Amino acid sequence: MTTFSFDGEEVTAEPGQSVGAALLAAGYRSWRTTRHGGAPRGLFCGIGVCFDCLVVVNGRPGLRACLTEVRDGDVVSSQEGAGRDHLAC
Amino acid sequence: MDVLVIGAGMVGAACAYHCAAAGLRVTVLDRGGVATGTTSGGEGNILVSDKEPGPELDLALLSVRRWRILGERIGADRLELEHKGGVVVARSAPALAGLADLTGRQRACGVDAVDVTAGDLPALEPNLTRDVTGGAHYPQDMQVQPMLAAAALLRAARDLGATVHTGTEVRGFLFGRDGAVTGVRAGSGDRAAGWVVNAAGTWGGEVADLAGAPLPVLPRKGFVLVTEPLPRVIRHKVYTADYVAGVASDDAGLETSVVVEGTRAGTVLIGASRERVGFDRRMSLPVIRELAAQAIGLFPFLADVTLLRTYLGFRPYCPDHLPVIGPDPRVPGLVHACGHEGAGIGLSAATGHLIAQTLTGATPDLDLAPFRPERFAA
Repeated sequence: MTTFSFDGEEVTAEPGQSVGAALLAAGYRSWRTTRHGGAPRGLFCGIGVCFDCLVVVNGRPGLRACLTEVRDGDVVSSQEGAGRDHLAC
Repeated sequence: MDVLVIGAGMVGAACAYHCAAAGLRVTVLDRGGVATGTTSGGEGNILVSDKEPGPELDLALLSVRRWRILGERIGADRLELEHKGGVVVARSAPALAGLADLTGRQRACGVDAVDVTAGDLPALEPNLTRDVTGGAHYPQDMQVQPMLAAAALLRAARDLGATVHTGTEVRGFLFGRDGAVTGVRAGSGDRAAGWVVNAAGTWGGEVADLAGAPLPVLPRKGFVLVTEPLPRVIRHKVYTADYVAGVASDDAGLETSVVVEGTRAGTVLIGASRERVGFDRRMSLPVIRELAAQAIGLFPFLADVTLLRTYLGFRPYCPDHLPVIGPDPRVPGLVHACGHEGAGIGLSAATGHLIAQTLTGATPDLDLAPFRPERFAA
């Protein structure tokens, strides 16, 4: 089994599973809020096209949860908007 | 007099709007949809900064004034027209010397060009690399969403009585006994018109051929990269001093000189490559890589940003890099408004204004001689 954390909670996954699949299997349906309006988002297309399931993995925002393979010890966290507010100017 | 405009892109829309506003009866035909040809592959640049002194700069200065008026009349929001200004960055001493020479000559022509030291650039663009020699700030540069703007101008033209027919291809011209154009043969039937305006963008040469008045309008391929949506991370249109040299170049091979800008939608657009390879729509990974690398050179944070997609377009260029604007003396009744290369969005407002002035018998705000259609005749 692979173990990672999501917003501080420990989550287990099958080896080779995507972050999105693991989160869904663990009962999470959303892990991002939209840039305008803050509406919840999670898996939509599930195949890398729609960019709806963006998530922060090990500090890197904007990753597609459906295409990102989860690794043991990953620190996954919810993403607010573009996840790059520190760059705003 | 009735005016028929061929092309529902940005230039055709600007011609239609200005002609309708001048009281002319306007019909627009396009074989595709609104803004689905040349306009769809563009970035929405309205630039004075990248123009050497000369007729194109004069046209650009007029166009900046006309875009401001369009923004006031139609609503800047409806066009996504932003008075964001441009910043040109030099990254070597020779590049900075060339840029300072250019800004001096541009200022003499009425361009608002402010030389900026390397130390003052971060205040303009906080996320810009610190590895710069200096730059220039051009407050007159603007940005527009080209497809939105073309649609908004066509809608405004329709409110003034114009009609727009998409999916209607022009297959030939109709002539009177005196050889003057009397209309066109279109997919939906013959249409009479006193003036036919060729605003067919990169396909302007094909339309001119149909009328028996050849024009050397050729495609120059250019890629644009689109990043994931971000907060506002880039304030101006930012490009390197090499861009001006690239725009004016006659080199047939691949050239890239990066232009980076944010958009209202949040995506960052990265241009601009130039290749003369005909209408070759193939994707090219080496070009994308080169543009991305240059963009990261200007804005290091982009290294961690995902590209969502790329698109490409064909910029309609003439051998002397000037557009073709005005009546064609070879075929009375035929009027051209095409061949604007990569500046068609920016130059469209002035082009439409000048065409309307010409067709209503007014004195054009600008001498059209440098843009005359017959200048290519051997």
